Amino acid sequence: MTFMQGIAMKDTLRKLPLPAALAAASATPALSQSLDETINNAFAASTGWFVNLIFAPIPGTAFPWIVAWLVVGAAVFSIYFGFVQFRVLGHSIGLVKGDYADPNDAGEVSHFQALATALSGTVGLGNIAGVAVAVGIGGPGATFWMILAGLLGMATKFTECTLAVKYRNEYEDGRVSGGPMYYMVKGFKVLGKPGGKPLAILFAVFTILGSLGGGNMFQANQAHAQLVNVFGDFPGVITGVVFAAIVFAVIVGGIKSIAQVTEKVVPFMGVLYVGTAIVILLLNIDMIGWAFGQIFAGAFTGLGVAGGMVGALIQGFKRAAFSNEAGVGSAAIAHSAVRTKEPITEGFVALLEPFIDTVVICTMTALVIVITGQLMVDPATGLYIVGESGAIQTVDGNTGVALTSAAFSQSIPFFRYILVVAVILFAFSTMISWSYYGLKAWTFLFGEGKTTELVFKVMFCFFVIVGAAASLGPVIDFSDAALFAMAVCNIIALYILMPIVKQEMNSYLGRLKSGEIRKFA
Amino acid sequence: MSSTIVVAYDGSGSSERAMAFAVERAKAIGGSILIAHVLEWSPYSFLTAEELEERHIRRKEEMARAKQALVDPELAKIAAGGVPVSADIRYGHVAETLIKIAEEAGAIQVVIGRQGQGSFAARFFGSTAGTLVQTCPVPLTIVP
Repeated sequence: MTFMQGIAMKDTLRKLPLPAALAAASATPALSQSLDETINNAFAASTGWFVNLIFAPIPGTAFPWIVAWLVVGAAVFSIYFGFVQFRVLGHSIGLVKGDYADPNDAGEVSHFQALATALSGTVGLGNIAGVAVAVGIGGPGATFWMILAGLLGMATKFTECTLAVKYRNEYEDGRVSGGPMYYMVKGFKVLGKPGGKPLAILFAVFTILGSLGGGNMFQANQAHAQLVNVFGDFPGVITGVVFAAIVFAVIVGGIKSIAQVTEKVVPFMGVLYVGTAIVILLLNIDMIGWAFGQIFAGAFTGLGVAGGMVGALIQGFKRAAFSNEAGVGSAAIAHSAVRTKEPITEGFVALLEPFIDTVVICTMTALVIVITGQLMVDPATGLYIVGESGAIQTVDGNTGVALTSAAFSQSIPFFRYILVVAVILFAFSTMISWSYYGLKAWTFLFGEGKTTELVFKVMFCFFVIVGAAASLGPVIDFSDAALFAMAVCNIIALYILMPIVKQEMNSYLGRLKSGEIRKFA
Repeated sequence: MSSTIVVAYDGSGSSERAMAFAVERAKAIGGSILIAHVLEWSPYSFLTAEELEERHIRRKEEMARAKQALVDPELAKIAAGGVPVSADIRYGHVAETLIKIAEEAGAIQVVIGRQGQGSFAARFFGSTAGTLVQTCPVPLTIVP
């Protein structure tokens, strides 16, 4: 969800300047603005090549190769594992419900808890704002491709989370550390393949950069933008300092209650969001057939959007890939703490994540935008009216999160205020999750210890202020690129290690079929 | 074994009274006491990533603390009084877990104290005593 926001933001910044983006810039005092410029220029000059490399289109197309990399990976894993995501869905739900949990393990991390924590790091602004950008540019047809990519991404998530549990580190005192850097090192060693350690180090470096960027600065920036959107302009430093203070209290001060409250409220907000979407869909039930007609027609013809069918496809694929983080390796870190004797079971559970994130929540946003008639259609041709910016014209000229807000508010006027709360909470829970992912990468590189950990945590809080106060385009570009670079390292490792997962899967499914693995009564 | 009395014990005043009552019963019928201590836990609660990492170690600490601070002293006290006694420390939903412990031990009776707050919250969410009254498969004694 995080990088997707990055893309969303960049799209909007370039094509349709959001008042929020301008506000963030103008709110910054002149002095720090010139400092921003200096930082921007220096940063852009030294990292531009990297950003361009990651986001480069495939020659002759407008399709970023990194998106193809994620989608091709997802397709390969789907085929290699015989579309495991559809075969085990019932069993996955049984695992989450705890049907297969050993009662003697009560009090340990359950499948449900690992999934819920990983989801709270994934579900966020992307599901709200990013989808609006996708549908706003790619039309309703983008929804079809987004769902397809989400379904394929389930296989990627399955692969990475199984490996994360299998090759996690369990310490003497009972703590666990897991994630791609551990399966890169240990898994490669098991297979006798070289290069595990360098790949893991590279991955850890990108994870740190990604956690400070997409998982932090970008969240703060968007949360502030949303506040400005609803309550009017005020300096971003204020948002930044408040956010940083709360994040500091949680990750340095160890005030768990704040995080616990967030962890409880975030799922509630998610349910509220989906519930509201369903209510709106029910209010417009006569339009649902039409909406799905638009989605299918748009998926294969584009219905007049920029780039036609391919345009819709690119937007849909991008949104799914950026939203559910399948292949990036971040969620694998959260999933690795589960208590289970069978690593594969966490894979079965983790594959629900892209389903909930993309196939359910993102689709709800898209349907509400389509069904409430936000996108303007030319009555004569039935095609969407595309503006100069390349985006479809909307009723009130809204884009991004404002478009989602307008769509929901049309049926339920006060929903925009609920949306602000949701956006802030989602941003906050994403920051907390990514501070942990970043910290895991940091300790992988520099070793565990109070001081080294404190250095990272304080640095993380500092970047919250930077992110909210300034509009550091190139820095954010770079951190987005770093997030995708994580996926480059991670998917290479997944290709190499996937035979191990297949072995585990076949063994487990065999025992499930023979009745050796049974539900606990 | 045939006349085991399960006592829900958490160190609170009412659980002390329940224990005293149960020990008298056990003495009278020549039965034994099973101290049940349940740590409230839901596998559907929400934790942060850091809490996930530390859950295993926290669980060990909580178990050890419950054993040392609560259960072991009580075991010693009751054993000194000449009543056969054992203990079971578990995680889970308190009422459900107590029933499970009673069933597994083939207990003849469950004895609990009650919080007695009769609170607003209990009306909505139910209390352990209330749940047990309705679901306990063996005779239940609630000591005020």
